[in-house]
Amino acid sequence: MEKDLILEVKNLWVELDKLKVIENLSFRVKEGEVLTILGPNGAGKTVLLKTLLGIFPYQGEIIWKKGVKIGYVPQRLPFIKNIPMSVKDFFELKGISETEIKSILKEIDLEEVFEKGIGNLSSGQFQRALIGWALARNPNVLLFDEPTAEIDIPGKETIYSLIKRLKEKRNLTVLLVTHDLNIVYKFSDYIICLNKTAICQGKPEIILTPENLQKLYRHEIKFYKHTH
Amino acid sequence: MNFQLILSLVSGIFIGGVAGLLGTLMLSKRMALVAGPLGHLALPGIALALIYNFDVSLGAFPFIILGIILIWLFEIKTKLPVEALTAIVFAFGVAISFLLLPIEKAKTALVGDITKISLTETLMIIILSILIVALVKRIYSKIVLINISEDLAKAEKINVKRYNFLYLGIIGIMVALGVKVVGGLLTAALVAIPASTSRNLSRNLFQYNSLSIFFGAFSALFGILLFKITHFPAGPLIIIISTFFFLTSLVFKR
Repeated sequence: MEKDLILEVKNLWVELDKLKVIENLSFRVKEGEVLTILGPNGAGKTVLLKTLLGIFPYQGEIIWKKGVKIGYVPQRLPFIKNIPMSVKDFFELKGISETEIKSILKEIDLEEVFEKGIGNLSSGQFQRALIGWALARNPNVLLFDEPTAEIDIPGKETIYSLIKRLKEKRNLTVLLVTHDLNIVYKFSDYIICLNKTAICQGKPEIILTPENLQKLYRHEIKFYKHTH
Repeated sequence: MNFQLILSLVSGIFIGGVAGLLGTLMLSKRMALVAGPLGHLALPGIALALIYNFDVSLGAFPFIILGIILIWLFEIKTKLPVEALTAIVFAFGVAISFLLLPIEKAKTALVGDITKISLTETLMIIILSILIVALVKRIYSKIVLINISEDLAKAEKINVKRYNFLYLGIIGIMVALGVKVVGGLLTAALVAIPASTSRNLSRNLFQYNSLSIFFGAFSALFGILLFKITHFPAGPLIIIISTFFFLTSLVFKR
């Protein structure tokens, strides 16, 4: 593996319940990069993240840089409200100390919810708490599954500026799955258009053309390049 | 207070408290109903124990283990939810036990009898309760995480299958103890009701656990004392008191 790479995926095939979900996918991620995986529903985006995490079996090669620590921010945690748990309890599941929890909460502007019930957070607060949770034990890579799926537009901006800030401060590599084309464009260094395999990949300003997006989503999507 | 009553109370309080603690882990997405069918599956074992005059927990245990292995295998081999699988096991257990069970012993098997418990049994209950608490403490945070999201747990490199199996094993010991107090039919209630009550009242894990242990232990205490006065069977009384706590908790629900 080349020196500045943190992840290399070669000829990846993933089959779940006899269904091919990912076919012959190859890509590389450089250290410190923001990689966005874009694609329609059922394209295999979440499966790809989970395969990279080691949750699903696969064929082909997934090579992480030696000693890499991964933090995972899942899309939703519907069962978390079944258990009466404070934010502190939730972070303690990761086996970190109270001081560490407080310092992470400070970093994500959530100091005030330390003792609050996890079920009583707003969706934006909960999303930030999940990001904070992934940051515990200092990962070098963060994997996000639709980080803003259930959040309103101003909330989305906050989440993305938070990710950006954390990325710079902690020198993180970020892999994320999203539908948010505009924010993708502002935020990503590299894009993979995924629909079982890579329909296109490259830098956003080159890749995000109406033609490519149409190919990806198989119907018309109006998308204009930002000029600012 | 006579010695027999003290033994019954000590056993009841220990089993009730431990059931309460374990219940907090089981009130999650899939496990809430598992204790019930395991209790029912234990019925043939209880029946054998009553016919041949040996300890009902001892009789129940092999059947519970069999049930756990079946549930665990089903879970790996099929995509059916655990509840559906346990329902199958449940019907089978009840059917078999009614083939075996002499009718005059049916009541003890179905609703338990802790009022004639011996000193040796009480000591065994104390030891097993301490063992369960120690094991639960070890696996608690992992199981909570698995209950929240198996994927998140796997991403944290937790061996989900191994912990689920350990967890089922602990439930097995718990159910074997539970059938002594409330019989094969009511074991699920012993586990589920105190935890439900506590969930209504708690804001964090510490409150959730302590209140659940408290309600479990106190239901057993009051149930057995009420048996002394009314001479109704203790098992159902315990469950009725536990249900009363639950209904009261609805008023104070957070």
